[in-house]
Amino acid sequence: MSDLNQQMAVRYKNNFLKEIEEQAEMGNWVKMCMQCGVCSGSCPTNFHPGWEHPPQEIFMMIRAGKRDEVLNSQSMWMCTSCYNCYVRCPRKLPITHIMHGIAEYAYRLGRAPKMQPTLHLSKAFWNNCTKNGRVNEVKLTQSLYFKDGLMAGIKMGLAMKDVALGLVKAKRLNIMEALGGGHKCKDVNGIHKMLAKARELEAKRKGRQPA
Amino acid sequence: MARKEYAFYPGCSSQKGASASNYLTSVESMCKTLDIKITEIPDWNCCGASISYAEAGELPRHVMNARNFALAEQHLPGQEIVATCAACWLGARESKERLEHNSVLMADTQEALKEAGLSIKAIPEIKHMVEVLIEDLGYEELAKPVKKPLADMKFAGYVGCQTNRPFGIHGESFENPVYLDKLIETVGGEAVPYDQKVTCCGGALAFSEPDKAQAQIKDIIESAYDNGAEMIVTPCPLCQANVEVYQGQINKKYGTKFNMPVLYYSQLMTIAYGGTAKEAGLDGNVIRARKLEEFASK
Ligand code: SF4
Ligand code: SF4
Repeated sequence: MSDLNQQMAVRYKNNFLKEIEEQAEMGNWVKMCMQCGVCSGSCPTNFHPGWEHPPQEIFMMIRAGKRDEVLNSQSMWMCTSCYNCYVRCPRKLPITHIMHGIAEYAYRLGRAPKMQPTLHLSKAFWNNCTKNGRVNEVKLTQSLYFKDGLMAGIKMGLAMKDVALGLVKAKRLNIMEALGGGHKCKDVNGIHKMLAKARELEAKRKGRQPA
Repeated sequence: MARKEYAFYPGCSSQKGASASNYLTSVESMCKTLDIKITEIPDWNCCGASISYAEAGELPRHVMNARNFALAEQHLPGQEIVATCAACWLGARESKERLEHNSVLMADTQEALKEAGLSIKAIPEIKHMVEVLIEDLGYEELAKPVKKPLADMKFAGYVGCQTNRPFGIHGESFENPVYLDKLIETVGGEAVPYDQKVTCCGGALAFSEPDKAQAQIKDIIESAYDNGAEMIVTPCPLCQANVEVYQGQINKKYGTKFNMPVLYYSQLMTIAYGGTAKEAGLDGNVIRARKLEEFASK
């Protein structure tokens, strides 16, 4: 168990709802859910085998104090940010952001499922775009394919070869970006300082040690 | 002076050599015809997109957008911000809304911005290019420069998620927005009925959960064929890429024979305004829109 996980489990004892309300982005909305099920019926990933638990169930589990089941769940990570649930919820819960917020919190606690591909994508994307201020699409793609090691990366690369070649031919994927070229902000330094400050302030506001 | 001026936020995908560079090409041509001046926000940074949520957390995400607001305010005072990417527009609007409604978040944001020598006074309005077209100009104005109506061409107007939800275009319904169909008709094309108009393409999960995303993409393309469309049109760079580039893989997996071009509204408009295939960025489509290319050269 990570320190933060321990620290929070102790702080909130048997009140997981309160923990989510105070620690997860938009978590204070969870108690407003009236369990109507509209979100579950609206979620695209529910139509294809995807969710273990749709939003409605996750919210119920939070209220029932099922801390381990929620934090370890794959469900939040399946959210595509389509905002279907968000615009349809009769109680106006910002469901998309609550799902993201719970996922993020699970990750901070070290409780997210191991090798979760969307978590990996989220990390890769953010690290990629904040490094130079803008996304380097080639490096992003590389870091996604090679996450499971060299062989897996080559296999994935081959499977995606036609996709990539099509984009290169259409001048929409610039392989030179792999060599350290690519798009950059001028004030990368300022961006890094600004983000460091933001992380510090966020940790302070939530009563956590900065990462 | 141009009839309208905006601080332009192209976003990462619309840069030169990036996955939506042809979107940018066509937007520039379209704006030139419509006498809209767009000036890139100097040194703008990535909006973080929706997918960065887990690593970024809350404040860092808003701070990234806030830096762009501050730069726009400082260098292009009085101008509204216009974004062409659905995710950029959504991310920026979300940040604006949260910061304006939460003084703690705003105070923290200002403190972080100080580290980059910036500050915010009033966050400018943030528009999607489609809003500029239909709200600031209006369909009538958009029809005026049409030189070559796209007659005999059938399009499926694929709106997708993030230009539609949660903010959407003013006055449009989330379940059946009609602005894209109207834009198609404004330039002389036929908008076929299309039941997958607002279905999610899987977004960023096309990378991390390809099987699930491709199952959704298959529905989107299939419905376009079923309704007699020859091409799909969209306002979103991620929708465009997802629906276009995985058709080969979907064909392999499902035994389909998809080969449907996926275009931006701005490409249609550029061609209808008499622009060349190059000015419309048609050479940037992976599945080439031959019919439109031939039409443009006539
Ligand atoms: S739609 Fe809203 S109120 Fe209904 S179950 Fe989902 S979150 Fe709860
Ligand atoms: S935003 Fe996420 S949780 Fe809501 S319907 Fe879409 S995929 Fe499901």
